[in-house]
Amino acid sequence: MKLKPTSLLLTALCAGLTGGATAADLKIGVAEALTGGAAQYGVSNRNGIQLAAEEINAKGGINGSKLQLVVEDEQGKKEEAINVYKKLIFQDKVLMIIGPTLSNSMFAAGPVANSAKIVAFGTSNTANGITDVGPWVFRNSVMESDVLPVTVASAVKHYKIKQVAVIYGNDDAFTKSGYDVFKQVLAEQKIPVTTTETYVKGDVDFKAQLTKIKAGNPDAVVCSCLAEEAANIMLQARGLGLKAPFIGGNGFNSPKLFEISKLAGEGTFVGSPWSNSNPAPANKNFVTAYKQKYGSEPNQFAAQAYDAVYIAAEALKATKLSGNLDTDREALKAALPKVSINGATGPFKFRPAKTKDGKPGGWDAEQKPFIYMIQGGKFTLYTGK
Amino acid sequence: MLEQQLLNALTLGSVYALFALGFTLVFGVLAVINLSHGAVFMAGSYAALFLVTRFELPLWAALPGAALFSGLLGLLVDVLILKPLRARNAPHLIPMIATIGVGIILTSAAQGLFGAEIRRFPEEILPAGEFTVGEVHVRALEIAIVAIAFALMGLLLWVLRGSQTGRALRAIAESPKAAWLLGINVERLFHVTSFVAAALGGVAGVLIGLDFNAITPQMGQPILHKGIAVIILGGMGDIRGALIGGLFLGTAEVLAKGYLSSQMGDAIAFGLLFLILLLRPSGLFGRVLERKA
Repeated sequence: MKLKPTSLLLTALCAGLTGGATAADLKIGVAEALTGGAAQYGVSNRNGIQLAAEEINAKGGINGSKLQLVVEDEQGKKEEAINVYKKLIFQDKVLMIIGPTLSNSMFAAGPVANSAKIVAFGTSNTANGITDVGPWVFRNSVMESDVLPVTVASAVKHYKIKQVAVIYGNDDAFTKSGYDVFKQVLAEQKIPVTTTETYVKGDVDFKAQLTKIKAGNPDAVVCSCLAEEAANIMLQARGLGLKAPFIGGNGFNSPKLFEISKLAGEGTFVGSPWSNSNPAPANKNFVTAYKQKYGSEPNQFAAQAYDAVYIAAEALKATKLSGNLDTDREALKAALPKVSINGATGPFKFRPAKTKDGKPGGWDAEQKPFIYMIQGGKFTLYTGK
Repeated sequence: MLEQQLLNALTLGSVYALFALGFTLVFGVLAVINLSHGAVFMAGSYAALFLVTRFELPLWAALPGAALFSGLLGLLVDVLILKPLRARNAPHLIPMIATIGVGIILTSAAQGLFGAEIRRFPEEILPAGEFTVGEVHVRALEIAIVAIAFALMGLLLWVLRGSQTGRALRAIAESPKAAWLLGINVERLFHVTSFVAAALGGVAGVLIGLDFNAITPQMGQPILHKGIAVIILGGMGDIRGALIGGLFLGTAEVLAKGYLSSQMGDAIAFGLLFLILLLRPSGLFGRVLERKA
């Protein structure tokens, strides 16, 4: 590691300020997709992580020790994620690892962490079964199955919905899995579905499906769609005189959608784990600091990654480090589930994952999503009537 | 709901018919299956979008502009690609393959110039009116689309039936050599045909772009497949066939999505087409075996 004289001076200065504590740096591994197709998420994750680490270090670190990030590019590939994990665990000897970016990669790398007995902390893995991998796998990413029930329930209450129609893209893993969750949620909340319509990627003509939906006279249209298609669906629905509001999945979390659809999307309900406009101090601070550091608007991924570092810091604060790597990693794992913070994504704590076979699993996020209603073409936080 | 679906079908079907008309015209006169017709269709809608957004032309002015642009594009394809092949007496598969190349070039060019994402006409310029008749919700736009499509088709039919040029074109369709011996300027009429066919295709592109309000570089591909289906169904080179075939395919597609299964729209439409061809192998107005150019 190269140190510039100024940073050496700074380190010396800090050491002096904290009463000459000689505590070693706390090494955190960061495995994110910094190149390749998943880089749009991975880079946001890394930005959030770096921002949080810098803030913590600027405030004097954790019990006198600085956080030291070891950042590696796992390229959004399973094989690379395993390689990066092995390097971080055995060569860099980090205390815990944040990442990888994609659920697929976590399914590959999680078992490595589990057998090496080190915490693997996912911030953007939303697939079902991630925390089934083992007790060392944690995540603060909120799943669709946590968000959609709240979205649907809020819309049902607001519009007094009795029946809905459903439309989704059936050749895309993301919209299809969103549909599966919607279907289950609608069944649980006992809301009859008038008709379920599908389309395929690249379709631009939805009029036949929407005419059918209109004939069923639904109180709302549930749409598990990507933003581009959703915009066309909304515009064509209004052109056919279908006035029911829309309820959307994570694909709707795109300002672009409502730029395109203009007022056709008015009254749409959509849920998200994070809200740009959440007025809580932790979030305001995050949004301002992020914009200042990176010159761009933060997104949900950056916010969740940012919170993950604060969660880890909270656990580290409560842990007495012995210097023995294995016992320290074990102590950190024991401390994490007790953490609860008020972060950029709101109040957060862990809950034990429900595994399918009853074996001990990891830890999922216990967090309330933010529900938005689209008003004047903008995401407006919905707080109930 | 049936009435509304029939309106959807009429809008879609009349645009299919307009597209197929140019396609079948080129086949009838030039004896070429011009597979760049889908890309010309796409180019027409980008041309209109460009005129509307860059020069802030109103829609009624952008439409003929787009027709002119795609017409010239079609003329260019004829002069640069088809004419040299004709001069060399190339076997009839060669121009077909060459026009696939033209289609790829045009699609890539559009992608390079405008990007791969969906582009849209600004909302302000669309005809805004809408009204309800009984159960049916009608947009002024849809009426305009159907009216423009039918007006152009009527005009073309009238020209072919009633004018000197039309007679000459029909003579070429029978036999280019005999027409040439009779003193008809065959090359010139080939150019005219290419221009008119491409212009009709371009207008169809604008109308589809307006109806769904979505323009992409790839939009020519699905309609090309449908155009091929329509002219085979109607009988290759037959104008009435293209008209009726287009309306039939649009209706089959919309009703299949509306009453059977939304994922089976194309499968059912093309399945029906297959069945009809089993019964009438040469299409509804079958002349397919007559031309062996």
